[in-house]
Amino acid sequence: MVEAVWLIPAFPLAGFLTLLLFGRRLGEPVAGWLATLAMVGSLLATIFVYLGLIDRPEDARMFDQVLFEWVPVGNFSVDVGFLLDPLSITMCLFITGVSAVIHLYSVGYMQGDANFSKFFLYLNLFAFSMLMLVLGDNMLLTFLGWEGVGACSYFLIAFWFDDETNATAGKKAFVTNRVGDWGFMVAMFFTFTAVGSIQYIDVLGSAGGLSESTASAITLLLLIAAAGKSAQIPLYLWLPDAMAGPTPVSALIHAATMVTSGVYLLIRMNPVLEASAEWATTTIAWVGAITALFAASIAVAQNDIKKVLAYSTISQLGYMFLAIGLGGYVAAVFHMVTHACFKALLFLGSGSVIHGMDGDQDMRHYGRLAKVMPITAITFIIGWLAISGVPPFSGFWSKDEVLLVAFDEGGWGKALWVIGILVALLTAFYMTRQVVLTFFGRYRYNDPRPDELPENAAPIEYPALYEPPAVADDVELPASVEQRAKHHPHESPWTMTASLVLLAGLAVFAGLLNLPFGGWHNLEKFLEPSLAGNEAHIDASGGLKVGLGAIAVIVAVVGVAVALGAYLRNKRSPKTLEPEVLAEGWYYDQTVSNFMGGPGRKAFEAVAWFDRTIIDGAVVGTGRAVQAASTGLQRVQNGFVRSYAALLASGGLLLLAYFLLRATL
Amino acid sequence: MGFASTVFASGGTVDFPLLSALIAIPAAGAVLLTLLPRSRPELFRQIAVLLSVATGAISIWLLAAFDSGVDGFQFRTEHSWVSDLGISWLLGVDGISLFLIVLTGILFPIAIMAEEPDRDPKQYYAWLLLLEAGCMGVFMALDLVMFFIFFEIVLVPMYFLIGRWGHGNRVFAATKFFLYTMAGSALMLVGIVTLAVLDASRGGHALTFSLEILGDSQALAESSSWTARFVFLSFALAFAVKVPIFPLHTWLPDAHTEAPTAGSVILAGVMLKLGTYGFLRFGLFLFPEASVYFAPLFVALGVIGILYGAVVATMQRDLKRLVAYSSVAHLGFIVLGTFSLNSEGITGGLLQMVNHGVSTGALFLLVGMIYQRRHTRMIDELGGLQKSAPIMAGVFMLVMLSSIGLPGLNGFVGEYLTLLGAFMAHRWWAVIATVGVILAAVYLLWAYQRVFHGPAEGENADMPDLRFSEGLLLLPLLGLILFMGIYPKPVIERMEPSIDALIDHIEEYVEDFTEPTNDVLVATGAGHGEDTEHSGDTDDGEGSEGADE
Repeated sequence: MVEAVWLIPAFPLAGFLTLLLFGRRLGEPVAGWLATLAMVGSLLATIFVYLGLIDRPEDARMFDQVLFEWVPVGNFSVDVGFLLDPLSITMCLFITGVSAVIHLYSVGYMQGDANFSKFFLYLNLFAFSMLMLVLGDNMLLTFLGWEGVGACSYFLIAFWFDDETNATAGKKAFVTNRVGDWGFMVAMFFTFTAVGSIQYIDVLGSAGGLSESTASAITLLLLIAAAGKSAQIPLYLWLPDAMAGPTPVSALIHAATMVTSGVYLLIRMNPVLEASAEWATTTIAWVGAITALFAASIAVAQNDIKKVLAYSTISQLGYMFLAIGLGGYVAAVFHMVTHACFKALLFLGSGSVIHGMDGDQDMRHYGRLAKVMPITAITFIIGWLAISGVPPFSGFWSKDEVLLVAFDEGGWGKALWVIGILVALLTAFYMTRQVVLTFFGRYRYNDPRPDELPENAAPIEYPALYEPPAVADDVELPASVEQRAKHHPHESPWTMTASLVLLAGLAVFAGLLNLPFGGWHNLEKFLEPSLAGNEAHIDASGGLKVGLGAIAVIVAVVGVAVALGAYLRNKRSPKTLEPEVLAEGWYYDQTVSNFMGGPGRKAFEAVAWFDRTIIDGAVVGTGRAVQAASTGLQRVQNGFVRSYAALLASGGLLLLAYFLLRATL
Repeated sequence: MGFASTVFASGGTVDFPLLSALIAIPAAGAVLLTLLPRSRPELFRQIAVLLSVATGAISIWLLAAFDSGVDGFQFRTEHSWVSDLGISWLLGVDGISLFLIVLTGILFPIAIMAEEPDRDPKQYYAWLLLLEAGCMGVFMALDLVMFFIFFEIVLVPMYFLIGRWGHGNRVFAATKFFLYTMAGSALMLVGIVTLAVLDASRGGHALTFSLEILGDSQALAESSSWTARFVFLSFALAFAVKVPIFPLHTWLPDAHTEAPTAGSVILAGVMLKLGTYGFLRFGLFLFPEASVYFAPLFVALGVIGILYGAVVATMQRDLKRLVAYSSVAHLGFIVLGTFSLNSEGITGGLLQMVNHGVSTGALFLLVGMIYQRRHTRMIDELGGLQKSAPIMAGVFMLVMLSSIGLPGLNGFVGEYLTLLGAFMAHRWWAVIATVGVILAAVYLLWAYQRVFHGPAEGENADMPDLRFSEGLLLLPLLGLILFMGIYPKPVIERMEPSIDALIDHIEEYVEDFTEPTNDVLVATGAGHGEDTEHSGDTDDGEGSEGADE
């Protein structure tokens, strides 16, 4: 059964090729259904292979399938081959599962788009690349998938390319990720030079023989790579902008799957992490913790429904890095899986809202949508409870695992735990804010907006959460306000709501994978062969675990309560909770952009100037000088080429004479 | 092996003088065209296409008949020529030159079919065919004088192609190109003569210019290492200008930009390889000690070229100039790989020569197609073309990604291997060079965005998409981009024996030089193709499972 592993990526590849050749002819909606079918096929193949794998004894759950030799040169040789083990099959299960649901959803979401079939072509290509990434049996094949998903992400962010913003966002994503790729490539060079192979089985088998400094260098380079793809400080910049893509893309690529590849890479290389110095892995944990806190604080003050979720994704990925850095690989995988379910759900929910609101993404324009979009609202609320860490929803269990690993670490681990708890508080707060602004309170779509008021009019309170804004009677409002009154938000078509319900089910029950009770550590037991005993050992007693869980729940409830008070009950003005500095993301993006557009660009221009003026100037100057000199010397022969040739020939003869003399003497 | 052996069945010896034919057919075509009456203009293009296709077909035949396990020269042809001076008509092919010959054979028909000249088709096609004969000659000549003649002869047709059928400031560009590259190679002739004369006097035998004899006798090394180093530099200067290596590159953007499409395709695709090929075939082989001695210098210059070319490319406003500067960066990778002096680096460099020919050739064709439609190459004046020409945009994207070095496409394999090779030889230079991977994405994606994304206005909004015939022209290149990215093994297999022989040659003649390579920690060994650890392929599927602790 495990021999069928090649079928897993083969399905989306076949889908991609079919759409490439016949996509336009198939058109809407057949192209979408075909792509969905390919993903369902891939999901079924994954389940089939999974059943085959668990049928084997635990120590035989690593299976390497080589298709063909890819790049064999000298000592260097890599194959196109698949490594099937508990880690890769876990990745495949949630990737194909979530992908299939999101494909289904997209059939409805992309309805009427001029490039309908092209969208699904990219989506299938993405799924193929993602599966190559996790199934590849060597670093280079993972890198192929890594770059493939990056390219697809670029295509899909810039999918509506005639808007300059989308095109810029796509380019930014690709280029930022390339910074991470630099780390990946150098890490591979290091690994090959030190180990003699970049085949995972070889690397993992001999990582123990690496010197601590080499292993640390590889770990840090992998961290750079992972920080690019998984949007961690300092490379997270591209992810908020990537929200320019269609919402299913945000759900699939920028929440559930692609952004977890950095996490996957670090877990896959766990023996190298284990062999490196402690400060190297601690760096991973701190990068994760700081990113989690930083992004959560920004999410608090965002008004774009997708931006909130984007920063939330960055923050949740930070949790996973935090866990990995402390050796809590199982916790990281666990949180990755549950996060994929509830974050995909939240994104698709936001897509459903955006669909019903004619493309408007500003939460200040929403309100009370639960009435008109009941299914979207209920499923979104499930996602909200899951991410906020309310038991028994999935997010509670996985987040608890991450925090437990931190608390158990001792020393600086306690500080990391405190940060983690703070992030949990902020998460509960901003997610509640989002739910309230979108689904509850006043319906605000028809309100006049500040930029619609005439310049001399008195300023209005905005957004007006509780009472309709007081606009003086003599103020003339533009037609756009009246037009909006005619708009009626609506629930989305069945393909979309069905997907929401499916994901909501997963968001509720995904916690069952790894419950902290005796005998329920299914995921931990299953992953053991891939982690080769490198998983951090937790000493905490049962009582401590319950206590920590209780603290997490209390924190979540506080976060929810504060947000409800501020945004639903008028207890506190929301304005004070949304300072400018957070809305602007601590000005980090702006600073980087200013640098790139300012001194960075100037430096590039200076090099181009140097090339034109100095280097080429010297060449042209020499030519002119020779021309002038030769016309001066030989007035009879002013043939440009000939005079030059004559000069060269005479010079050449002199040199020849010199060499001959020197050599014979 | 299975796939490779069915596709490229090795044929052993072939009676037909393949190599001479590869030079003679296009050369005869050039002569034929000049003899044809001007009154039959329709014949010129047909003859040129026919003969270049025939030459291309023979180069494919050569590929099929090439014996992949052999490291020495195959299909050798030897005729005494100027026997008094020891010059002979000596041709041969090995793994280093094979794919450059095939590349030449494939690119010329494409370039010839790419566009019709606006004037004087007779001369235009005659020059192109002569150029093809010259390029073929460079890659096959095993006699130094013959090599030099071919090396210089190619300048003349290119000079006229740029000067007569080029754009804008074409005469200036053509003259600059001609003088710069000729000045560079003038010293090489001195070097060649010095080498041969010294070899003859040391060995006490008749004068010979045979590459193999001169390379194996290493006469210069015996006198003093600096004599050999000076002669090496006289070769290196000629090659460095041709590559071009920073800071000798400024003829290239002018020549590329002003040349007609066919000229740009050949210039980038084939002629830039004359320099890098020269380093491999002559520089490293004739002067192993000097090559090792100067390797750090060329590694440094290669890395500078990678970064510098990319930075300058970013700021270009003319699409063709941008592609030209991207060539400076790409050729930097080739130089870096070559002077890593190990199997990975040199193979990567050689692959990159072929890949760059394919990708940049395709890029210039596409830019030419845009120019034909829009009569501008200025990036500012283009925009939103993906709306009006989605297929062209898709093709451009694929070629661009290959140039960026996306895994799965051809550019990646070569780039990766050069960097890997460089890492094992000069770790920190390789770490810096890898930054070029980021910059390549910057300049190409930015250019793509400005040309194809955004709103389409004015003439950009209704630019016609790729025509079927244009698509056919690009198809072989697109096929190669995919094939060499997904399955480069048959190509590498044919290159590697010759490259390994070259490295052995260097190791043999240079004391304390050993190929820079990796430590091997892994017990199973790196060459694991037939390991029992791994299952064979999908069909027999009976894989063993690594009991990995």
